[in-house]
Amino acid sequence: MAKITFITKDGEKVTVEGDSGNVMQLAVNNGVEGIDGDCGGVCSCATCHVFVAENDMDKVGEAGEIEADMLELEDNVSDFSRLCCQIEVSEAIDGIELTVAKED
Amino acid sequence: MSQNKTCVVIGASHGGVNFAFALRKEGWKGAIVLIDKDQTTPYHRPPLSKKYLELEDSIQNNLLKPLESYEKDNITLSLGKEVAKIDKENKTISLSDGTSQKYDVLVLATGARAFVPPISGINKAKNVFTLRNAKDVEGIRTAFHNSKQKNIVVIGGGYIGLETAASLKKLGANVTVLEREERILARVTTPYLSEFFANLHKANGVHIDVDKSVTEIQSDGNKNTVVCADGTTYPSDLVVVGVGIRVNQELASDIGLEINNGIVVNTATQTSEKDIYAIGDCTFHYNKIYDVHVRLESVQNAVDQAKVAAANICGKATVYDALPWFWSDQYDVKLQIVGLSQNFDSYVVRNEGAMKFSIWYFKNDRLLAVDAINNAKSYVMGTKFIKTEAKIDKEKLADAAVNIKDVLIN
Repeated sequence: MAKITFITKDGEKVTVEGDSGNVMQLAVNNGVEGIDGDCGGVCSCATCHVFVAENDMDKVGEAGEIEADMLELEDNVSDFSRLCCQIEVSEAIDGIELTVAKED
Repeated sequence: MSQNKTCVVIGASHGGVNFAFALRKEGWKGAIVLIDKDQTTPYHRPPLSKKYLELEDSIQNNLLKPLESYEKDNITLSLGKEVAKIDKENKTISLSDGTSQKYDVLVLATGARAFVPPISGINKAKNVFTLRNAKDVEGIRTAFHNSKQKNIVVIGGGYIGLETAASLKKLGANVTVLEREERILARVTTPYLSEFFANLHKANGVHIDVDKSVTEIQSDGNKNTVVCADGTTYPSDLVVVGVGIRVNQELASDIGLEINNGIVVNTATQTSEKDIYAIGDCTFHYNKIYDVHVRLESVQNAVDQAKVAAANICGKATVYDALPWFWSDQYDVKLQIVGLSQNFDSYVVRNEGAMKFSIWYFKNDRLLAVDAINNAKSYVMGTKFIKTEAKIDKEKLADAAVNIKDVLIN
């Protein structure tokens, strides 16, 4: 079981729990604003962009090659950017904080 | 004000569902009723021929939105109901269960259905499936498990047929793909990419036969024999038919909406009737970037048109001007397409490895589209280059030693 906190563009903090699947699915299933996951989680659409809290980068790890390239579609990409459909939910990421990147 | 108004949406797939939520977000205060004849909570379709088939995934893991979200946004999901007809004068739709529903604004997100070709015996034979919805895949999975020989014939070498072939192969089936044209993916891509996918399937043990026009399916109990015009026969336990779609446009044509390769909409996604909009696979619409009218079968088009329709209905004039994109996953190969390559007059292949390359399509030196194989960087840069109408040095582009960011003509 992992607890994950999302910070939406309004600054609202939403903490959700999950034990399997990926972080995008968890966000969509809990109605987290700004995480769309249009492609269903296959790293094709870049609509689940989050910024990982600096202290949590070790737990989450960096983006893979395809993911890092897809992130370049986003104007506001940073060193802490991930597409959260590519982050597996497991105890290893318990307690992480993710800021939703979508601006509109 | 939309307070006492009702927006009815026919079709609850990518287009309809995204529209309903977008409409609420745009500030629609009235009722939103989402109708679909599929009884399942609306789900993602692309995984059906891939992960859903191959991993026996649960549809619960592939929902577009959880049920609670519909409740939260006060969207009425009316599933398992078929719309019989639209009465545009009285702004009412009739459902096949005899009930009716009033609307102020109607959105047609009716999509398309799998085409079943007129092959002799196809309706009589058992274990013949198309692949368009979750129930189709559940039928294929059950028939597959019950079959002893695991011999599968896929009719049609388009994306659906090939993705299905790859998924069933991974499950251990003996798969043969029969393509009517001289190459697979003939209608949608270049010979170069067709050849790549043909080799990919061959390397994975899928048999592809081209120039095969299927004329008959003979059945004997649970066993089928697929017969081609040239006399060749293929024994099969299970036949999957993936030969394209037919647009669900009858509700629209019955009331005289303009039809032309789909339901005609303007750049605001409005049909020829003021209070009726249409979005997604069923629409024939103008694409500004390519100055062409098209009908697209894609998640991108459904989702983006949904947002445009919602904005316009809520009084925010918005034009649909999106750059189309697509993807297909087969085995470990990821194909990403940006743009529309139709009418290209030249192409450049950028080879960055046996399993990593991209095809760049041009017309009069203008970049139209990119097909990227395991190459998200080319897909992303192609997207940017098309959007900015960048001028590209084709020689540099073809040279994989030149960084993709350095191929522009200044």
